[in-house]
Order: sequence, then C-alpha cells, then structure tokens
Amino acid sequence: MGDNGKTERVLEGSEAVALAIKACRPGVISTYPISPQTHIVEALARMVVNGELESEYVRVESEFSAASVLAGASAAGSRSYTASTSQGLLLMTEVIYASAGMRLPFVITGVNRAVSAPISIQPDHQDAMSLRDSGIIQIYVESSQEAYDTHIAAFKIAEDPRIALPVMVCMDGWILTHSYERVRLVEQEEVDRFLPPFKPIHFLDVNDPKSWGPIADEDLYMEFRYAIHDAMQMGKKRIKEIFSEWADISGRDHGGLIEAYRTKDAEIVLIAMGSVAGTAKDAVDHLRTGGKKVGLIKIRCYRPFPYEDILKAIQDAKVVAVMEASFSMGSEGAIGLDLKAKLYGRSKTPVVIDMIAGLGGRVITRGTIYKIVEQVEKACESGAVPFEPYWMDLKPEVLP
Amino acid sequence: MSEKNAVQEKDLFVSGHRACHGCGQALAVRHILKATGRDVIVITPTGCLETFTLTYGYSSWRVPFMHHLFENGPSVATGVVAALKAQHRDHIRVLVIGGDGSTFDIGFGALSGMLERGDDVLYICMDNGAYMNTGGQRSGATPIYAGTTTHPVGKKSIGKPQLKKDMPAIVAAHGAPYVATASVAYLKDLRRKVEQAMTYQGPRYIQIDAPCPSVWGFPSDRTLEIGRLGVQSGLVPVFEMVDGRITGVRKIRTRVPPREYLSAQRRFKHLLEGNRAAREGFEKICAMADSNIEKYGLMD
Ligand code: SF4
Repeated sequence: MGDNGKTERVLEGSEAVALAIKACRPGVISTYPISPQTHIVEALARMVVNGELESEYVRVESEFSAASVLAGASAAGSRSYTASTSQGLLLMTEVIYASAGMRLPFVITGVNRAVSAPISIQPDHQDAMSLRDSGIIQIYVESSQEAYDTHIAAFKIAEDPRIALPVMVCMDGWILTHSYERVRLVEQEEVDRFLPPFKPIHFLDVNDPKSWGPIADEDLYMEFRYAIHDAMQMGKKRIKEIFSEWADISGRDHGGLIEAYRTKDAEIVLIAMGSVAGTAKDAVDHLRTGGKKVGLIKIRCYRPFPYEDILKAIQDAKVVAVMEASFSMGSEGAIGLDLKAKLYGRSKTPVVIDMIAGLGGRVITRGTIYKIVEQVEKACESGAVPFEPYWMDLKPEVLP
Repeated sequence: MSEKNAVQEKDLFVSGHRACHGCGQALAVRHILKATGRDVIVITPTGCLETFTLTYGYSSWRVPFMHHLFENGPSVATGVVAALKAQHRDHIRVLVIGGDGSTFDIGFGALSGMLERGDDVLYICMDNGAYMNTGGQRSGATPIYAGTTTHPVGKKSIGKPQLKKDMPAIVAAHGAPYVATASVAYLKDLRRKVEQAMTYQGPRYIQIDAPCPSVWGFPSDRTLEIGRLGVQSGLVPVFEMVDGRITGVRKIRTRVPPREYLSAQRRFKHLLEGNRAAREGFEKICAMADSNIEKYGLMD
C-alpha cells in the first residue's frame, strides 16, 4: 500500500494525539486535567463542542473517576479513552488493576512525568512504571508521529478479543506533548478500515444479562491472573501484526515490540525507551563514525516485556547499558531487572549495567550518552560488574 | 400490588445468595428490581451486597450487573450512562446500589461528581449504618453512640461520638431532582419510591434503612420489626424530597419510645445500662427523635 499520510502538518504532540483519538471515533472520553496532559483533552473538548467529533465527553472530579468512567463505558460496549500523567496515573492505579482483571479494553495516554515528592512536572517514566504489574499493556513512543500512529494501533490491540486488556500509550511530557513536529496524518477511511467499530463479545446487555466483577477466592483467583499474563504473552505476536498492518497503511514502520538500531555487530548495546531514543540514535551514529561498535534497542512495548526480541538483538553484544528513567527504590531500574532475570542461567550472556538517567526531567544530551558508553567501557576493562547502578550526572555535593 | 403478588417467580433478584439470615438489604433489592423492571443495568460498589450475590459462577442477578471497586460506583455508572447514550440505547436506565460505607465515605467524591454533572443515575444507598462486610466498623452513616468494632464501647467511650452525616440533605443540596428515604419495614412505600424515582431524569437518590441482624445484634427474624421501631420512634425519618423540598413524610401513628428501639439491639445496649455518660447519650438520642419529629413533621 505504502504512503497514505497525504496530509502533512506541523502539530504540537498533544494535538497529534488528539487527532489520532478523533480518527478512532471513541464513544466515550473522560477527562480530568493534570499537566502536561491538558492540551490533549482540551483539543478533544474543542473537537467535540465544534461538532467535529461525536463522542460523549465526560468531565469528572478526579483521575480515579476518569479511569472508572472508562471501565463502565467499555463494559457497556463503547470505545473509551482518557489521558493522564504522574500522580493522576497513580490515582488510577486501583482502577487499572481491576479493569485489566475484568479485561476492559480502554486506551489511556500515559503522559510521562515524575512523581512526588518533591513535586515535579518534568518528564520521567516512574509514573507509568509504577503500573507495570497491573495488567495494562504499555507502549512507549519516541516522537509525535509515533504517538499518532501508536494510538490508533492501541485501540486495535486493546479490543482484540484474544488480548482484551487496557492499553497505555506512554509519551514523554513536554518533550513530546508540547513540542511541534511535522506529523503525517492518515485519511479517515483508512483508519476506519483498520479500526472497525468496537464489537465486544460480552457487554452489559439487558437482553442477555451477565454479571461482572465477582469474587473468586483461592479456587479460581490464580487462573484469572494467569489468563492476563497469558493474553499478554500470546498477544505479542498479535501486537506485532497490528503494528505491521498499520505500517502498511501509513507507510511508517516504527518497529515491532522493539526497534533495533545498528545492533547487528554492536559490542555495546544501549537500551532506552521514549523520546530519549532519538538522542541515543544520534549518539550511536556519532560513536560509530568514531569507530565504536555501539547500537541501540528502543523498547516500544514494555508490557508485555519483549525479552525474546531483546535477547536476539543482544546475543553478540559484550555489554548492555540500560538507560532507566525510573527506579525501583531499594533495588534498581525496572528494565534492568526484567532483562537480567531473563538472561540468568543462559550461556554467553552479555554484562548488563544499569544507568539511571534523566529522573525528574534531568536533561539527557548526546554528551550524557557518550559518558554512559565511557562508563560502560571502564567497567568492562576493570572486569568487575558493578552491583549498584550508576546514577548519571548525580550531584553528590547536594546530598544530605 | 399486594405484598404477596409483589414477589413472584419472575424476580430479577433470585434466591440462593449468601446473605446472612434476615439481611435487610437482600429483601430490599428484590423489591427495588420489582419496581425498576428489567431494562436496567445495576452497578454495585464493593460491600455485603456484591459479595453475597456474586461468587464466580453464581449470580443472583437477572439484570446486567457490574461490580468494580469500592469507591467508584457513581463514576462507573457515569461511564455506563455515557456509553448507552453514545450507542443510542438510552432507554436503558442505570442503577447504583451502594452500601453506606461507599456512599457516605470512600465513594463520596465520586458521588458528588456524579450529582454535580447531573448524570441520569438512580443511586440507592443501602444504609445499615456501618461497614458490615468487614465486620461492623464505623462509617459516616453510623448513628451517634452506636458501638462498632473500630469505635467500641469501653471505659472511655460510649460508642461513636459523631452524628450521622445528613446525606439526603447533602444530595439534595447538589440539586438532585428526587431524594427519598425508605425502610425495608415498609416495602410498598419503598417500591413506590423507586417507581417514582424512575420517572425522573438526572441523578436521583434513595437511602434505605436496612437493618443488619448480624452486626446490629438482634435475632434474624426481627428485621422488619426493628426497622419499624426505628421509624416509629422518630430516629429513622422516612420522607421524600422533590427539587430540594420535602413533599411527603411517613407519619408516625403510634409513637414508640426510643428505648424500645435501642434496647432491642446489641450496638446500643450500653446506653441503657451503665454510667452518667451513657445516660446522657441516651437522653441525647431521645432529644434527636423529638427534633426529627418536629423537623420533618412526622406526627400530626
Ligand atoms: S452482615 Fe448484615 S448487611 Fe451484611 S449480609 Fe449480613 S445481615 Fe446483611
């Protein structure tokens, strides 16, 4: 098919997301404001009041309710959407756990922002990562274009009856939501063909009454939880298919569950998620010209965790440096933990080093990435794999 | 409809559930659904009702039913209403049946939001005056001086020191077009109020006094009697409000002394035995009955 992105516009990231959501024709949108998510829901509000988008737009009194409205709406059979960030996502946590358990396929934009305290409105991934065990599918994007494309795919993933789970598309606050970029849009008919109306197998139907949200104790609880995991694991194949179907329509391929960038002969492989991947690709190119065999894995789909794809991409690497924009207190970065757990006991595994970088929006430049690579090389020379992660650009002088 | 005909095989809420013997709310729900008919979707926040009617594989509900969490019944209902509207299925009505814990306390913010938005939901609170599903801890609906497991009676305590929140007034203050209280002791009145509420659009609220033999502490064959004593003593005023104004009250024909109501329940027993504080508490409750009678005009 090829390039269908006929309309090309310079858009704020938030607007690109709103246009993607509009193209998906959600029946219900619920919103509660929190920075830097607001521009998305404001843009949608304008579309609804101007009659460009036919959707029930519900203004709620908290993020807890925003997610709960989606639960009710999707159980009643409507395609449903909201956006949130930081504390707002944390406030939704209980709802998201229960909704994944009840297999409710709504879509949330998780605008990534640091969590309190101290209060910070700058981007990092701690908010979304705190939901990693909830059963929501998490996909991270690098650019506004990828955000646009991924939101449309997200509904198809969520609503696939074999998956039937909520999906969160994660995009860095400000860096993506508030910056302007050239974005190519897909024609509405193409979107409609790719994403037909939501037709759930089960919904709240007076002609066929069913009960939702039962008690299931020790005799059945485990099976329900296993079923979520199974849907995620089995869903990996389907997610890749959906991504590539969309790539055929839009002419843009952002990769599958991961994007492997110059990893083929790489000795050092960086792993990153979100907008920093762009900077990292630049840094990789530069290091390559300097003769260093460096590559990058951009994780697109964090849950389900794409360890098969990552393992394949790092099989010849000597060392993997995981850039983490979040931290599991008292342990280390979550991506590193995931990866090391899957590597354990396998033969010929690369050394994995955890690099905490960019918390609370601390800027990651190409320079930071060169430093990471230097640090990794040093660790390798010394032969000692560090127990503790490196906290890049930490200011020890201000610590208590 | 005679009492006998009111309960037939075609019940939308069926027996076989796991409520305690004599549970007031099980009875009430059967009659609520009689009044709504089958074109409703029921949302129930976590509480006794959800746990005793829906164990995986077994359901007492012959209407579409959903439980999600403890504190989000109103917002889930909002979502359902929005979806029905989006799908042009809006002839189907949405009902929340919550306990007093979810209504008065943890779900209060969500309820307030739903009321303020004016969503077309009939919210019914099964008020048994405590967190029964977890064993009888105090809630914002617990009557003053009731003994609860988290505010037990002891050397320094004669039970919960605070007044019950006046939820009907709070709901009415949000501009809800129809607000009523009812009691399981008066099922015909209860059914009529549900029918009445169904004729309105927008957020409607009915608070039902639902005696709980297990935690209030009375024999399970006395549920209706205890409910009646509550109403007849003036401690449980039964009334109806339209657009914020009281339009009807259930009159007390023969007034029952509060002592009769209190002494029949374990949770109040201590007020009738014991020290000066208990006596003062008892007097205060009697005064509350008087003031209810005056405030709502319960006696001619
Ligand atoms: S504890 Fe009380 S309210 Fe709960 S089921 Fe038993 S009698 Fe009913």
